[in-house]
Amino acid sequence: MTGKYEMVVGLEVHVQLKTRSKAFCGCSTSFGDTPNINTCPICLALPGALPVLNEKAVELATRAALALGCNLHPVSIFARKNYFYPDLPKGYQISQFDQPLATKGSVKIDVGDGERSIGVTRVHMEEDAGKSLHDRYPGATAIDLNRAGVPLIEIVSEPDMRSSKEAGAYLRTLRQILQYLGVSDVSMEEGSLRVDANVSARPVGQKELGTKTEVKNMNSFSGVERALEYEFTRQSGMLDRGEKISQQTLLWDANKGEARVSRTKEGSHDYRYFPEPDLLPLILHPEWLNAIKASVPELPADRKTRFKDEYKLGPEDIDKLTATPAIADYFESTARDSQNPKAAANWVMGEGQAALNISRKSFDEFPVRPADLAQLIKLIGDGLLSHAAGKQVFAMMVETGKPAAQIAHDSGLLQVGDDSALDGWIDEVLMEHPDEGKRYFAGEKKLQGVLVGFVMKKSSGKADPKKVNQLLASRAGAG
Amino acid sequence: MAVTQDDVRHVAELARLAVDENRLDHLVAELNGILQHMDVLSQADTSTVDSLMNVPVDSTPLRSDSSGPLLMATPRESFAPSMKDGLFIVPRLASHEDASDSAP
Amino acid sequence: MTIPDYTTLTATALAAKIDSGSVSPTEAVDASIARSKAVVAGSEGLNIMLWTDNDLARRDAAALADGMKRAGKGGRLAGVPLAVKDNIATLGLPTTCASKILAGYVSPYEATAITRLREEGAIVIGKTNMDEFAMGSSTENSSYGPTRNPLDVRLVPGGSSGGSAAAVAAGIVPVALGSETGGSVRQPAAFCGVVGVKPTYGRVSRFGLVAFASSLDQIGSFGRNVDDAALVTEIMAGVDPKDSTSSSARVGSYRDQYLSLASSPMPLDGVTIGVPKEYFPENLDPGIRSLCERSVDVLKSLGAKVVDVELPHTSLAIPVYYIVAPAEASSNLARFDGVRYGMRAAASSLREMYAETRSIGFGPEVTRRILLGTYVLSAGYYDAYYKKAQSVRELITRDFRNVFGGGVDALFTPTTPTTAFAIGAIADPYEMYLSDIFTATANLAGVPAMSLPIGRVGGLPVGGQIIAKHFDEATMFRVAYALESALGGEAHQ
Repeated sequence: MTGKYEMVVGLEVHVQLKTRSKAFCGCSTSFGDTPNINTCPICLALPGALPVLNEKAVELATRAALALGCNLHPVSIFARKNYFYPDLPKGYQISQFDQPLATKGSVKIDVGDGERSIGVTRVHMEEDAGKSLHDRYPGATAIDLNRAGVPLIEIVSEPDMRSSKEAGAYLRTLRQILQYLGVSDVSMEEGSLRVDANVSARPVGQKELGTKTEVKNMNSFSGVERALEYEFTRQSGMLDRGEKISQQTLLWDANKGEARVSRTKEGSHDYRYFPEPDLLPLILHPEWLNAIKASVPELPADRKTRFKDEYKLGPEDIDKLTATPAIADYFESTARDSQNPKAAANWVMGEGQAALNISRKSFDEFPVRPADLAQLIKLIGDGLLSHAAGKQVFAMMVETGKPAAQIAHDSGLLQVGDDSALDGWIDEVLMEHPDEGKRYFAGEKKLQGVLVGFVMKKSSGKADPKKVNQLLASRAGAG
Repeated sequence: MAVTQDDVRHVAELARLAVDENRLDHLVAELNGILQHMDVLSQADTSTVDSLMNVPVDSTPLRSDSSGPLLMATPRESFAPSMKDGLFIVPRLASHEDASDSAP
Repeated sequence: MTIPDYTTLTATALAAKIDSGSVSPTEAVDASIARSKAVVAGSEGLNIMLWTDNDLARRDAAALADGMKRAGKGGRLAGVPLAVKDNIATLGLPTTCASKILAGYVSPYEATAITRLREEGAIVIGKTNMDEFAMGSSTENSSYGPTRNPLDVRLVPGGSSGGSAAAVAAGIVPVALGSETGGSVRQPAAFCGVVGVKPTYGRVSRFGLVAFASSLDQIGSFGRNVDDAALVTEIMAGVDPKDSTSSSARVGSYRDQYLSLASSPMPLDGVTIGVPKEYFPENLDPGIRSLCERSVDVLKSLGAKVVDVELPHTSLAIPVYYIVAPAEASSNLARFDGVRYGMRAAASSLREMYAETRSIGFGPEVTRRILLGTYVLSAGYYDAYYKKAQSVRELITRDFRNVFGGGVDALFTPTTPTTAFAIGAIADPYEMYLSDIFTATANLAGVPAMSLPIGRVGGLPVGGQIIAKHFDEATMFRVAYALESALGGEAHQ
């Protein structure tokens, strides 16, 4: 059925900016505090209070817009979006309307069939609303305004996505970019990244867009994908039956896996936007803009290219090692300190990632610092630790946070590479196993492994197997 | 342009004002009485203005991120009509779905 | 000890007495309280003060006296009783905008302007009556009943800052604060025979002034003479980091300039004053016209060059004003929803709570302007009304720019087209709006303007208006001070 129709998706993404104070007042933006503790006359909209714009919010918004390849407008204008809701203290939201901060950017995505560019229509600044708690007290709604006034950017895409998979890829790419920029926590769970989707269906080959509906209330990227599939299937069915799709808002219910039509009356939204008279236009001076441009860090796409060129890694490893700026930074430091990118990559993706999966932490809070992991890699590379002993040492590093050399020394796991000690063990083994010794020196080379095994056992694993091999071979050669 | 009863109902709804149906005619007449004086504006030639309006000189001033909150002399409870556990309390919304109104 | 001449003493004179120790701050506060009681006790009751706390005022006076002992001197307004319009946030006294919707509300923070005046020793003795949310021109639109004109209790004091104008006129305080959106200081100043100043938009911080129309609002001052009103303006003026629209333009000493010319016979030498013909329409009250002509003659005699000028878009000011101001008001007044502060009507649903709270809480004029403002911003009407009005506003601003750019330093006009009218005399909203016909232009253009008494018609005061360039309060006060000095007692005859 759905083969007849094509999905068309545009996404509106709200992102909380990582500032210490709110967009228009000095209150803290911290998450999970005592209700209403982070409020003041300004964000409570007390009579006579006025907004003053947070410099950091402008900087982060600008950085994001630049990273999305947008045109930054030298003059943008704040506007009031008027509507009543108990968690909107002023009765209007300070937003931007017909002169936003930035327009015309793009995000490159790849869902396996080559790179596609998804247009970014606009990036504008606005303030968040508070929270309405409906289930806390019977018959009442409770209002917490700690979030009211937290700075947001809204990133509006063009209707350029043609599948839920593309929508998912767009969102993941966008999140990764924002993470790299350090402008937001981008957590859908904590609400610092929120997605509304506009979706329509049209017969394959048709140029005009179909009537779109807006789907809200998704709380994960996979939820967005599921909601899009659900709504596209519903619309396709309606088109099949010759029914007319009406422009409406739907709310996604993740538990039931369905979207319900919101009871909000269509046409009841008349936001009466007009320029915010309490703020002047925001003017971005070229010198300032250049300074922000210079501060934009390396973005995921550039980092991937560089990892390929610099460290000769395969595409899968690169994807894993650039997934977040934290893992990428961690890998790079480890690779540089150890001068062994291949081993660094394996340790980071293997043991490192596994340990973090258990502790549910990120690489920037990992107890094993890159320099320590690099030391471990060097110990192994220099033959002072076996790979197996290295894993033991690593586990203890995770637990204790102590350096690799110290753990290896204290736990007696360091390999013995000293010739006299090794020769002693070899002599003992040859005495205890005269038969195998004779046959080996007679030319039965395959017995070398067996003898090395005996030496390893005798040394409780401390002997450097490489050296034992060398010593045995040289005795055989000399004999 | 003349204001109709429906316009007044719509505008009152937007402004969250309860308008008595008996007073509708009066309000319509009053608003039209005022607005008729505004029609003179449509004749003003503003062609020289529109292109030049948006050339601001000063940027809106910016505040440091670490400026700190504005302190209050009295607690929120001193002016709030209804508070519980530090939360402002209002009559419950007709349905959870109204929550969609709040998304900016 | 009482202060025998308290009701005629200027703020500067009173502050000087207090600073020298011949009068204490407590005596000044007591004199103000006594005067307030005397005028309230009259048969008609003037209804000037909405909120007072005499104990608080006396405590403030005592604290000031202590501070002066330690510092060895008081501020420029040491111990001067100050009355404040009820839409300016003050600690310790309610701030209700004379509206039921803010009944009992006490602000937990204070307006920047008040803080600056307190730092110079001023003592807030009460909050004054006003048109609800400053919407009106007569102080009849107060939820607490009209204020009466101290010069004739049958008449309005003007508005919306009628309480503050009346407080000065009745001798309760030498200086008071009002607020302007379209003439709300100058018009009541004219009606009550006192001086009223509207500074340049952005000159005085709006932080703590309850917003009516944010792009027009400005705190203004009342005084019994030009010097007092200038002093209060000078103290309040200057950039405030809490108000994004406040200007960082330098504030000079307004007083130094005109006081240095005080002994000159030609203090306006080199000043060009424009007289715009649009402010002298055919049907202007002949008494007002002749008083203005007398003032123009005086200005000439003081050395000013007087020229005829044109402000061709003046007649559009009221239509523009009554679109822009209600539009901004409809948004500014959305915060009064009964959720976080102020009045809340009992209701079973949120919708009902909003509608009941706002319908009971707001009076008829406020409701009318919210409806009007919502309408002109709503989908389909924005371009025809709000956007067009903003364009015409720019034309009005250009009128001023052209005149001032052509070598004119200040303008002289009547403040109002009539003298104070009787309470209840004007029922039609638009007719009431026309009281602002000569004053709204300065708010729309953002230029400074003031009114000072220039004589009387039928025993009632007439105000002359002086309008100057943006941030050129200095010239405005120079002209006003010279005119006031030259008119002398004739200004009140």
